Amino acid sequence: MNIVVCVKQVPDTTEIKIDPIKKTLIRQGVPSIMNPFDKNALEEAIQLKEQYSGSVTVISMGPEQAKATLREALSMGADKAYLVTDRAFGGSDTYATSYILSKVIEKLGPFDVILGGKQAIDGDTGQTAPSIAEHLGIARLTHIRSMKIDGNKCVVEREIEEGIEIVEAKLPILCTATKETNKPRYATIKGKIDSLKADIENITLADLPNMDITKIGLKGSPTRVKSTFIPERKSSCEMLEIVNPRETAKVLFGKLAEAKIL
Amino acid sequence: MDLKQYQDVWVFIDCFQGHPKDVGYELLGQGRLLAEALKQKCCAIIIGENVDEAIKGATEYGADIIYVVRGAEYANYSADAYGHAFLELCEKYHPNTILIGATANGRDLGSKLAIRLKTGLTADCTALSVEEDTGNVVWERPAFGGNLYARILCSETRPQMGTVRPGAFKKPQKCQNKLSVMIREDIRTKQEDILTKVIDFIKAKDESGIKLEEAEYIVAGGRGLKGAENFAMLKELADLLGGSVGASRAAVDAGWIPQSKQVGQTGKTVTPKVYIACGISGAVQHLAGMTESDTIIAINKDASAPIFEVADYGIVGDVFEMVPAMIKEMRIAKNLEQ
Repeated sequence: MNIVVCVKQVPDTTEIKIDPIKKTLIRQGVPSIMNPFDKNALEEAIQLKEQYSGSVTVISMGPEQAKATLREALSMGADKAYLVTDRAFGGSDTYATSYILSKVIEKLGPFDVILGGKQAIDGDTGQTAPSIAEHLGIARLTHIRSMKIDGNKCVVEREIEEGIEIVEAKLPILCTATKETNKPRYATIKGKIDSLKADIENITLADLPNMDITKIGLKGSPTRVKSTFIPERKSSCEMLEIVNPRETAKVLFGKLAEAKIL
Repeated sequence: MDLKQYQDVWVFIDCFQGHPKDVGYELLGQGRLLAEALKQKCCAIIIGENVDEAIKGATEYGADIIYVVRGAEYANYSADAYGHAFLELCEKYHPNTILIGATANGRDLGSKLAIRLKTGLTADCTALSVEEDTGNVVWERPAFGGNLYARILCSETRPQMGTVRPGAFKKPQKCQNKLSVMIREDIRTKQEDILTKVIDFIKAKDESGIKLEEAEYIVAGGRGLKGAENFAMLKELADLLGGSVGASRAAVDAGWIPQSKQVGQTGKTVTPKVYIACGISGAVQHLAGMTESDTIIAINKDASAPIFEVADYGIVGDVFEMVPAMIKEMRIAKNLEQ
């Protein structure tokens, strides 16, 4: 079974701080990590390989430094890794990004299973993976809990708000993983050492001759960012002193009753 | 592309087994505002097998036109069947704007439509407005875990599309005597064109009490709760208030409470009357899911915790003293004890 996993290198958004004067994100010193949901996708791919044999290919679109994330994927157990990188790809929105990645998958494939995280923690769109399926014209199932393969079919547990759907589909299929899908493994020391020696090939625009260049980069993106801003916080918090807890609770409920909140 | 040929604001009424989710109605309220700004109509799109409840709801919540596609193949959501029906409608009627709830299915459907219509889709929006001179919708959304908000435009193509967070907006007032025009379209999807088939469904464990996203009172716990067992006191307080228990990501990641209770950027967005944050420091990704609550009460040991920046009332103190005291006072007020 041939499996490809799309991973993204993201800033660890829990570590981001705001410059209180300039009101901008301080990106300096923020660690870059593999998008956590993509790690679940990779874990699922490795488990499928262990169960049904085959190979796991990892692709990532981004700058040269994203190779660190690809090396991490290799150290966890992926077989091959490719960095999708070209100046022409810069500024791509989810439409353009998913189009580029679909062309890369066509070039490296065919694949039976395509996996990705349910969303990236920086952009938080959740759109890129299902859009790849649409460009490829294949089935997709988002937010999977588990996946079983039976010949050219698969049975997937899919999380929706109301519960779990059991869904059957033919391969090839694209699925997205969540935190609940599995618990990603840690890399072994040997895996880490081997990944440092591994050769990670770049895939650039020149390697993708079938690409419609009107659909990529900033120009090929139907959406654009008009402006960004840091959310304003109201700072009118009324602090209640604790003399004793029950007294404070009384004061609080009194205030809420007065304001007709309770 | 002549953008003027594209008219009307469409709202997808996301249903599960024939029951519409609140987000569809929340979006009819927003769709109405956009439609008024654009001087166009606000329309509801209903796809399903049992559609009566959704039609009634869309009328009550003020849709000018209701487009209905009905068939057994739409009993369960599939990207293929729903996508096909929706795309046929778009081809025939050329909508200007499409709003879809950012549910699991909504996000999936949105991506399918946007790729096929070769247009822009903005994910998980929390505020919407219209640029007066251009007629572009301004899609506002959090990114970077809620640290940054972006305003996004889709200015060259139509329809302009966005998914919107459930709970980001309140449902509008119901209309009295609204006359909606209903247009039934006979669009069928062949079985062989549906690549995924739902063969079974396991209902989420019925967590007793009021659903988080519908609760008017939420008592939420974070890292400061120190353990799963301590959520019991939050439940007791929530029950006394007639509300529900929520949690921060830290508490969910620690395994103290299920993910369905998580409030924040990767959890649920809630807008209750009262939100009581207990032992929650207020990481931006949590704030992204609860700052629109009417009244926020924060209880935290650390006076410099960011939760106090969004709170209306703050108590610097121990949750293990304050919550039991609040329960006690509440019980006395309700004559449950003296």
